[in-house]
Amino acid sequence: MRSIHRLTLIVGAAAIAVATLAGPVVAQTTLENASAKYRQDLSEGNPADLWVARGQEMWKVPRGPKKVSFESCDLGLGPGVVKGAYAQLPRWFADAGRVMDLETRLVWCMVNQQGYTHAEATKQTFGNGSRHRSDLEALTAYVAKESDGVKMNVSLADPHVREMYDVGKKAFFYHAGTHDFACATCHAEDNVRIRLQYLPNLTKPEGAQKAYTTWPAYRVAQGETRTFQWRLNDCFRQQRFPDLIYGSDLSIALTTYLAASANGAVYVGPGIKL
Amino acid sequence: MADPMKIRANLVGDSTEVKVLMSHEMDTGLVKDKSGKIIPAWWIQTVKVTHNDKVVLTAQWGTAVSKNPFMSFKFKGGAKGDKVTITWVDNHNDSRTDTAVIA
Amino acid sequence: MDMNRRQVLKTSGGATFLALLAAAGWIPSAYADAPGWSKAEFDTHTMDATLAALGAGKPVTSSDVAFFSTPDIAENGAVVPIGVTSKLPNAESIAILVEKNPFTLAALFDLPAGTEPTISTRVKMRETSNVYALVKAGGKYFMTSKEIKVTLGGCGG
Repeated sequence: MRSIHRLTLIVGAAAIAVATLAGPVVAQTTLENASAKYRQDLSEGNPADLWVARGQEMWKVPRGPKKVSFESCDLGLGPGVVKGAYAQLPRWFADAGRVMDLETRLVWCMVNQQGYTHAEATKQTFGNGSRHRSDLEALTAYVAKESDGVKMNVSLADPHVREMYDVGKKAFFYHAGTHDFACATCHAEDNVRIRLQYLPNLTKPEGAQKAYTTWPAYRVAQGETRTFQWRLNDCFRQQRFPDLIYGSDLSIALTTYLAASANGAVYVGPGIKL
Repeated sequence: MADPMKIRANLVGDSTEVKVLMSHEMDTGLVKDKSGKIIPAWWIQTVKVTHNDKVVLTAQWGTAVSKNPFMSFKFKGGAKGDKVTITWVDNHNDSRTDTAVIA
Repeated sequence: MDMNRRQVLKTSGGATFLALLAAAGWIPSAYADAPGWSKAEFDTHTMDATLAALGAGKPVTSSDVAFFSTPDIAENGAVVPIGVTSKLPNAESIAILVEKNPFTLAALFDLPAGTEPTISTRVKMRETSNVYALVKAGGKYFMTSKEIKVTLGGCGG
């Protein structure tokens, strides 16, 4: 983060220079092709794999006051089963009496099985460098990777999940905040972009699919692997909304709406993004 | 204590292709933290790759190599099951060695 | 090598200064260059100085040295993929230089016999700059260059 602001200022000038030179449509297309090539060149080695490896190690180790590993944690397919679990989340968990996404469920297992307090479990939901690493980001990356190649299949058959989906959809279009923003302001039209970067139209299956199936993702700008809770949290920040509480019903509702909108697409994460 | 590297070594034709990701901050020493204090330079300076005890690559890096470094290269020879070992050393004299088997 | 440097600093009073910096948290107290890392080559700030430090003199521009998987425009200067390959026989080393970075030399790879002269990695770029691939082959230096524009990334999808 810290390095980015400075860099942003410096390269910002370059971006303006490029854009000014570009002007006409032809040049703009050249820029877009160049942008696509940059992403292509980046795709070869994804540092998110480092988070996946750390999460995989952590999964098996007894943790917390109760010395229980995540092998007792049921993500919906049975205790400890990770293969394909992410592609079916969020789902209803009767033991918790809640619809949960992966991250909320991991916190639930840390509290209810491993004996952490909620505050301890959520102390570092998002990491900041090697001195302030997030176990949750590593665990989430690992579990998500175990759905690589699996078709998204979030069932709305359960009425609780259906309700979350409906609330999430409503929240997506809900205008609020000092700038009268909604998620839909940026994500309900084709070809909306910030500088060179296209923003997905999340109201269309192909947009939701492409976006959802590539989170968690390694964010090049931050040098961190980020989760879907982070993605939503940062969208809220950009909309000048109050902080989105990690694992809150609102965060799960939005996740349910977007995850179910991605149904049918093959999950291919963790991804790599700017 | 540094995290393990992620090493992939694959036989491609008559060469072995090595791809490695390392977990490291690679701080340049030119950036300030939120309180305005310079974050000291902290980076991997040398990398050595061996194949069955024979050195196949040595690298020296400056602070310009990106955070969580990635590197790939190829060497002639190598057989499935052979070991490829990589060691990095940073300017704290911290180091890390990991081994992968050629697939 | 490293010990020598430290002793020189100590006798010249440099150690005191370093200790002060360390105490102030400006440099880690455990700071010590890794064995085999050439400070003289990396602590250079211009193309001329870096080439001189490397002993490369005036390299020949060669189409036998090429970039691959290297973008024309990088949307984030923190991570710029660079691939270098060479068709020259007897390649001994590959260096990546970024002209407008605070330190010109980004990375130097020594290639023992049997290692192919093809390397890829990722570097930071402070701003739009020429990037140079320098290959030492048969005792001589060859070079190619490419301008990479650095722009600003958005918030990402």
